[in-house]
Amino acid sequence: MAQAGVHDRGATADELELLARLRAGDEAAFESLVSTHYGTMLAVAQTYVRTRAVAEEVVQEAWLGVLKGLDRFEGRSSLKTWILRIVANTAKTRGVREARSVPFASLEPEGEEAAVEPGRFCAPGEAFAGHWCRYPRDWQRLPEEILLDRETLQVVVAAIRALPAAQRTVISMRDVEGCSSEEVCEALDVSEGNQRVLLHRARSRVRAALEEHFDG
Amino acid sequence: MAEHHEHVNCQEVVERVTDYLERALHPEDAALVEQHLNLCDGCVSYVDQMRTTVRTVGRLHDDAVPADARESLLAAFRDWRCT
Repeated sequence: MAQAGVHDRGATADELELLARLRAGDEAAFESLVSTHYGTMLAVAQTYVRTRAVAEEVVQEAWLGVLKGLDRFEGRSSLKTWILRIVANTAKTRGVREARSVPFASLEPEGEEAAVEPGRFCAPGEAFAGHWCRYPRDWQRLPEEILLDRETLQVVVAAIRALPAAQRTVISMRDVEGCSSEEVCEALDVSEGNQRVLLHRARSRVRAALEEHFDG
Repeated sequence: MAEHHEHVNCQEVVERVTDYLERALHPEDAALVEQHLNLCDGCVSYVDQMRTTVRTVGRLHDDAVPADARESLLAAFRDWRCT
């Protein structure tokens, strides 16, 4: 837990207000909490279990844990961090039970991975070694509709699905769900540096998929 | 990224782009990337492609909770409230 508690300054004022409403039994407050965190929880759960269906069960189970612990939650971490830790622990337990656990080591970035195929740069020894052979395309010139159309989104969905679990989780938490790097580090118990490597590899692979789609 | 070159090439820029966008580079390294970007349209396009990628991934965001999950969670909340 090297990173835990380093950045987390505790529950925010908004969270404390929400907490008071939850404890008073306010259903709307609970619904808003659920819709705020559901997607992120699903992303965390899918790090440790294989299928979306099992991940959904894990999220349900985690919410029961959240409700059980709500009266004892003291606000020393943010409510979000606390919830994400509950879902991570629930998913790990479930993963172990199913003998489908993602070994902890695989949350660490593995091996080397080039963001862009080395063949796209001038070879070592050439006059412009390490420089683009041919510049990447200027996407600013693509018609806006192409960037926004369904097919493009499907390319992104497929590219994210094809990522190794740890990369998929980090890009989903950061770029789909809008979590901060601190929140990712605390939920997954990875260092800032490793979080950035995983994010870099994930974004690079999705970019490459988009490039292939646009360039045909 | 402790080693400080006098300049970085394109292949190094594409490996530093996330650290650059996350503002995680040492100021000296960030300055080297910026110097490179001032001279290289290819890398300017690449950094823009990465930004566009992040923005496009963000469009997958969806706050909707599956109806059956939502129903059973609300039921659990009502139970919890009664205890």
